[in-house]
Amino acid sequence: MPKHCARYTQALVLIAALAFVQCDPANSAAPDEATPLPMREIASGVHVYQAAVAMMNAENEGAIANLGFIVGNDAVAVIDSGGSVREGRRLLAAIRRITDRPVRYVINTHVHPDHIFGNAAFEGATFVGHRNLPRALAARGAFYLATFRRTLSDELMTDVKIIPPTLLVEDERLLDLGGRILRLKSWRAAHTDNDVTVLDEATGTLFGGDLVFLHHAPVLDGSIKGWLAVLDDLARLPAQRVVPGHGPVAAWPAALEDERRYLIRLAQDVRALIERGATIGAAAGSAGESERARWELFDESNARNATAAYSELEWE
Amino acid sequence: MIRNLAWVFAAGIVLLAGAALPAAAAAPEPEDAWPALADDIFKGRPLVDGAGLVGLEMPVRAEDAAIVPVTMRITLPPGDTRHLKTLTLVIDDNPAPVAATFKIGPNAGISTISTRVRVNAYTNVHAVAELSDDKLYVVKTYVKASGGCSAPAAKVADAAADSIGQMKFRQFAAAGAGPVSGPREAQIMMRHPNNSGLQRDQVTLLYIPAHFVDELSVWQGDALLFTMAGGISISEDPNFRFNFVPNGAAAFRVEAKDTEGKLFRQEWPATGM
Repeated sequence: MPKHCARYTQALVLIAALAFVQCDPANSAAPDEATPLPMREIASGVHVYQAAVAMMNAENEGAIANLGFIVGNDAVAVIDSGGSVREGRRLLAAIRRITDRPVRYVINTHVHPDHIFGNAAFEGATFVGHRNLPRALAARGAFYLATFRRTLSDELMTDVKIIPPTLLVEDERLLDLGGRILRLKSWRAAHTDNDVTVLDEATGTLFGGDLVFLHHAPVLDGSIKGWLAVLDDLARLPAQRVVPGHGPVAAWPAALEDERRYLIRLAQDVRALIERGATIGAAAGSAGESERARWELFDESNARNATAAYSELEWE
Repeated sequence: MIRNLAWVFAAGIVLLAGAALPAAAAAPEPEDAWPALADDIFKGRPLVDGAGLVGLEMPVRAEDAAIVPVTMRITLPPGDTRHLKTLTLVIDDNPAPVAATFKIGPNAGISTISTRVRVNAYTNVHAVAELSDDKLYVVKTYVKASGGCSAPAAKVADAAADSIGQMKFRQFAAAGAGPVSGPREAQIMMRHPNNSGLQRDQVTLLYIPAHFVDELSVWQGDALLFTMAGGISISEDPNFRFNFVPNGAAAFRVEAKDTEGKLFRQEWPATGM
């Protein structure tokens, strides 16, 4: 081997070693997709994966939203499929450890990637969502597929498919899993314009999707007025406990109070700024600031929420 | 032989590392689109560095991909009698890079315009100001696309469809302005989905047709304040905030049209702020 080539080899080894050191923690933290997601049975037949409060990235494989499945006498319903097909497959592996009954339904609580990117792991099931979900997927699907290559990775995105629901929730819809009824409700624009909640009547367990945030700063991608308007109706749902979209399983409806306080504060601050003639940029930098210490990932959401709230409330 | 093995080993590790670190390999930075864009938009006219003269304010990260506030302003040294003739906003790596071109009325006294845009990608953004010396002054900034689940699409699609053409006009006292004749600030807001036409229905695989405001003019009495020629990078519910010098006219008027040929027109009395 010529001398310059040997030097090249040395350089390559060095680069490789550096790359190896850099990526080793990610490798050791990334379980095989046959490894079941760690689930907790929070009520009889109701299994929940409680995700860490985090943003989607390659290391966590997009697994940042709470997911669940509910087992009936005949079939299983999945509530949200995860932030990557890999996470979806791990959810399926977790289901198979509990039951061999078929996954009849996959309910997507709304359009966001951390809740739908695992859909392809469940092809063959009936996908269920808000009447507006197909439209939202049409408007956003291609954008999400492109931009999340950067957020997650090409590898994690390879198998991700946008799978729209074929069973739509116009207002309310009951799903029968065999001796077990799930009551699905679609809501007016709030967190998004396609939010669905799932109530397991047998155990009084509510899957709130991202209509309910705990610990994780709420994300406004629909209507702040709508969100504030649905809180009372949400609170009246006859549930004992809620699985929020993000954050710990909690008692219902007390779980709504942090979010209610945040949304009221944000709306008040934004309205005052609009009244004073402040710009939308100024609102992004100041509205809701008094809530900072009460939430995780505050900086990842609050300025954006203020921007969205301003562009809605300035029309009042 | 040992060296050859080392080579194979190293290459193998590089490949493995590449597989394990795909984020680094994902979405390579596109090559600089600007030289070709500038040539195309300004027909080969020379562009002068506008640093210190032209300001372009955007957040470093597009918090909400659908609503990214942007402010363009020119700041002339005292005694400089030039005025703004046109302002062009270009978002280099958006599907339709030219967000808007503003033609400023001769006596409008406009030196600042703010609007809101969609940002699809990590991109350079350029503002090009044409002054009354007929030269083009350019500045640029860099914006990171939203990292979260926002998208450059309507948040509430029903609301967007229901209220097309509704307008609102706000008048503000400019910061530090005197009571009567000093510069003022105003804002025109218009309800319109400003659909990009780039959204594909995942079931029918058909594209949703583009439908956006392509022209909007604001008048102070009979004097033009500005005309905007816009594209799909302007956010839903187009929104323009600007400063101007009052000419004593009793009313403001806005005329707009969209790509379906719909015309929108409204008037508001000037408030003696």
